Amino acid sequence: MKPAPFRYADPGSLGEALDVLAAEGDGAKVLAGGQSLIPLLSMRLAAPTTLVDLNRVPGLDAVEVTGDGVRVGALVRHAELLGNPAARTVQPLLARATAYVAHPAIRNRGTTVGSIAHADPSGEMTAVLALTGGSVTVATPAGRSTIGWRELFVGPLETSVHGAAVVVDAFFPALPARSGTAFVEVSRRRGDYAVCGAGVVVTLDADGLVETVRAAYLSVGPVPEVHDLTEAVSGQPAASADWAAAADLARTLVDPDGDLHASADYRRLLVGVLTERALASAAAEAAA
Amino acid sequence: MTTKLFGEPVRRREDARLVTGRGRYLDDIGAQALAAAFVRSPYAHARITDVDVEPALDVEGLVAIYTYEDLTGPMAEPLPVLIPHPQLHAPRTGYPLANGEVNHVGEPVVMVVATDRYLAEDAAERIVVTYEELPVVVGVDAARAAEHAVHAEIPDNVAARHHQETGDVEEALAGAARTLSFTQYVERSACMPLEGKGVHARWDPADSSLRVYSSTQASTSVRAAIAAKLELSLERVEVIAPDVGGGFGVKIVHPWPEELLVPMAAIALGHEVKWTEDRREHFIGSAHERQQRQEITVGFDDDGRIAALDVHAWHDNGAYTPYGIIVPIVTATQLVGPYVIPVYRVVVESVYTNTVIVTPYRGAGRPQGCFAMERTMDRIADALGLDRAEVRRRNLIRPDQFPYDHHLTFQDGRPVVYDSGDYPGLLSRLTSLVGWEAMEDRRAEAASRGKLLGAGMAMYVEGTGPGPYEGGHVQVLGSGKVLVSTGLTSQGQGHETVFAQIVASELGVPMEDVEVTTGDTRRFPYAVGTFASRAAVMSGNAIALAARGVREKALRIAAEVLEASPDDLEIADGVVGVRGTPGASIPLRTIAVLSNPLRYAFDEAAKQATQFARPGADDQPPVAVGDAPGLEHRDYFSPIRSTFASGAHAAVVEIDPATWEIDVVTYAVVHDCGNVVNPMIVEGQVHGGVAQGVAGALYERMAYDADGQLQNASFMDFLMPFASEVPDIDIDHQSTPSPLNPLGIKGAGEAGVIPGSAAIASAIEDATGRRISAMPISPTELYDVMRSPSAERTAAAGRRTEVGG
Repeated sequence: MKPAPFRYADPGSLGEALDVLAAEGDGAKVLAGGQSLIPLLSMRLAAPTTLVDLNRVPGLDAVEVTGDGVRVGALVRHAELLGNPAARTVQPLLARATAYVAHPAIRNRGTTVGSIAHADPSGEMTAVLALTGGSVTVATPAGRSTIGWRELFVGPLETSVHGAAVVVDAFFPALPARSGTAFVEVSRRRGDYAVCGAGVVVTLDADGLVETVRAAYLSVGPVPEVHDLTEAVSGQPAASADWAAAADLARTLVDPDGDLHASADYRRLLVGVLTERALASAAAEAAA
Repeated sequence: MTTKLFGEPVRRREDARLVTGRGRYLDDIGAQALAAAFVRSPYAHARITDVDVEPALDVEGLVAIYTYEDLTGPMAEPLPVLIPHPQLHAPRTGYPLANGEVNHVGEPVVMVVATDRYLAEDAAERIVVTYEELPVVVGVDAARAAEHAVHAEIPDNVAARHHQETGDVEEALAGAARTLSFTQYVERSACMPLEGKGVHARWDPADSSLRVYSSTQASTSVRAAIAAKLELSLERVEVIAPDVGGGFGVKIVHPWPEELLVPMAAIALGHEVKWTEDRREHFIGSAHERQQRQEITVGFDDDGRIAALDVHAWHDNGAYTPYGIIVPIVTATQLVGPYVIPVYRVVVESVYTNTVIVTPYRGAGRPQGCFAMERTMDRIADALGLDRAEVRRRNLIRPDQFPYDHHLTFQDGRPVVYDSGDYPGLLSRLTSLVGWEAMEDRRAEAASRGKLLGAGMAMYVEGTGPGPYEGGHVQVLGSGKVLVSTGLTSQGQGHETVFAQIVASELGVPMEDVEVTTGDTRRFPYAVGTFASRAAVMSGNAIALAARGVREKALRIAAEVLEASPDDLEIADGVVGVRGTPGASIPLRTIAVLSNPLRYAFDEAAKQATQFARPGADDQPPVAVGDAPGLEHRDYFSPIRSTFASGAHAAVVEIDPATWEIDVVTYAVVHDCGNVVNPMIVEGQVHGGVAQGVAGALYERMAYDADGQLQNASFMDFLMPFASEVPDIDIDHQSTPSPLNPLGIKGAGEAGVIPGSAAIASAIEDATGRRISAMPISPTELYDVMRSPSAERTAAAGRRTEVGG
């Protein structure tokens, strides 16, 4: 379990990083926290020709919180985001989901943006980016562009970002008014990737009736999925809405696969259970 | 035995070193060593048609490549069958490197040596082995069906048919008022020590000697194996087990191919060579345990008393049988547990599969035996509508029946005769510890929270401390230091602490003065090894006997010097004194100097001793006939047979009926290992065992697919529980000392793991009302059971529904 040979670059600026990536071509891989990449290298499941380590690049380590949302730089560790009170206020899903990311040692090293760029459909932060309608900023030699989550996630462990490009930040829009959130998971062991997870946002209208209901799921498909469950409970009072109906709807919308830890049927069961529990909790928060 | 250290919860003296990173494990040794890596079979069953090393030859740093063709003499022969048995009629072992055929994924085919491990793996990756795939056999049922054979010349895949019976079981079953028959399964898991295996070897050409460090549980036997296989004289080979990061059984197997190949390369290359097993290698290249299919028929009367028990089990032994049929024998003989079984017949068929070999993992066949027996008790209780504790109580061996002879033959070839115990005592302590009588209240309270609560229990008797022997050496130096050595090895159990406690107690010296060395053939060449919960029983008693020998000699010398009778002397705090006569005393360290008539005054101790030294009698030799210089003694302990520890566990689970997650909310242990040297260490052993018991019940399994590929060969997918998954554990102790050894102790190392699957299966069954006949069980599997129309409902669940209306 030792990596195959690779070159290593630790550029001191973003421009230099992009130069190295452009020069190295498709064999180059960006390294930030390394919590997914390094094990893949050690098991020789990945053998990049060059690792471009971002850790010396200045300006990528900030969490910027505005009324519009939270912008997380590429070198921000999970633990830092988890502990950021302003971010938690503007978009509560960030802290709620980050708390489920692995264990403290991994959260201290792993980065939120790295998780997103890794595009694991079992990852918490990919689901949160999707659920909040977020986007990432990608820097290339030609300049910067914004890529929305739907365009970003192409398949399991695959994004639309290729070549000489660095995801420099992720933007999570603020929680809308009169809204509540919840994030729940079932995992085999505490800190494991979820067998199934759900993040939800419930928004009420001015009269306290359900206006929109959206849910995102982990480990149920090849890419993060967001489903609109509003029709099952639209216009119902938050305190007495038929969340079971919304859960039933969710079950019909997902198409999970089975693996070593859960059958497809079991995942579908959990989608319903977690949806119902999360929605009740989120609605109570929205009404409070 | 009268001083207070024996039996005290002394803190582990090795911990400060180990938890601050000052341990010296295998990979901490030999920074300049060449590194070995292995090309291992990617196929479960295949013929090797070609090995092309050419593409690897230009890897910079490559030193050597070895294939089977490079092995000569005994190295070219199959690896030994360590423990032959007449009923092991078709033993098979692999070669150090595959000889034309591979029988499991992970079997070593080529060894590469390079200047570092990275380069060795680079070279290994380039070697092209051509395979011709053969049909694959995975799992006991496929082995039993025998559509394909693992070894062509063994068409039924049966390596051994182990058979014991104590009477005419057919007749007894026919005469029983009631009978039940059922089938159940236990799945594979593995020891998974956090440190894998590893070997470092250094050849000294100046005196033609070999020093080998191995992360082993049996350094003396590794030494003998290396000497034999590499055709070296035994005294030219020394083997040392450094700090070892856990063993749990897998490191008792020897010689592992790597333990022979690494020394072979070190000699050939004239340079130290090291191999450190990585986690993937450990998953596919070491050993697993536990898979069995069990078909059980029990006859019993209307009160639930067993009349006869008939067990037919199929045991998956993997691709080879280097460790014989120890695990099947242990299952067969320990299955009967604490119960009177008037007529018992057991047949265990040990079958080949194209998977990693199966050798003892903590418990070593006992968890499966316990699962068979205890689930039988649950079935009887369910059939009769009796309390599960009551059915057990009615079948227990009574305290006045010891020694109790089961008329079976144990793994050590000795009769299964229980030496002592109090099984009704265990059961009554357990029911009060866990609150068995109040369980219906807890069930109702959990139901009010939307949870299904259930309780289960399981009892076991565990043969521990088998022979044939262990030895101990104790020496008092002129500095006052007391050197203790024993040949068996340590893997973190706390041997340094426990053995020091024993010597300090026996000899009357401060524990700080006692230094303990284990597993180093330079210090103690005769040993058996650390397994079968035997270290405290075997080496503990041997060391106690050695300490008593030192004490006797010290008192004899002191008696002469102090002009007193040895009977009037006592030793306390390292000083020998005349009882009741203050001032008439001599330090033990001074006696150590006096014990050697050659006393160059190198140090203060020697100078001080001169005040006591008297001129020897002119007509006597300086060392008397039969005496020896030095204050030291070597002794051995060899018991007539194993001593039998016992215990009872109860588990209470809460199940979420929406997600089918299973939470062990209470885990209670009553434990009897006779006299306890250190209760803190015993409790630690119980905790670790319970963790592995919970692991085997709810988390761990070896997920082989039909092609023999292990699907979860990493800690990401093999679910060894974290601390967060291990329940709090309530422990109560009972002590029935063993009459078979001087210290009255019984082994404690494996006990905690044995009843886990049985107790937890029983609790899940109690909570859900569905029969649980295969372990481990995960939430997704429980969901399948709960929604399956064919899942068997327990009678207890039916009765509860009736009562509850």
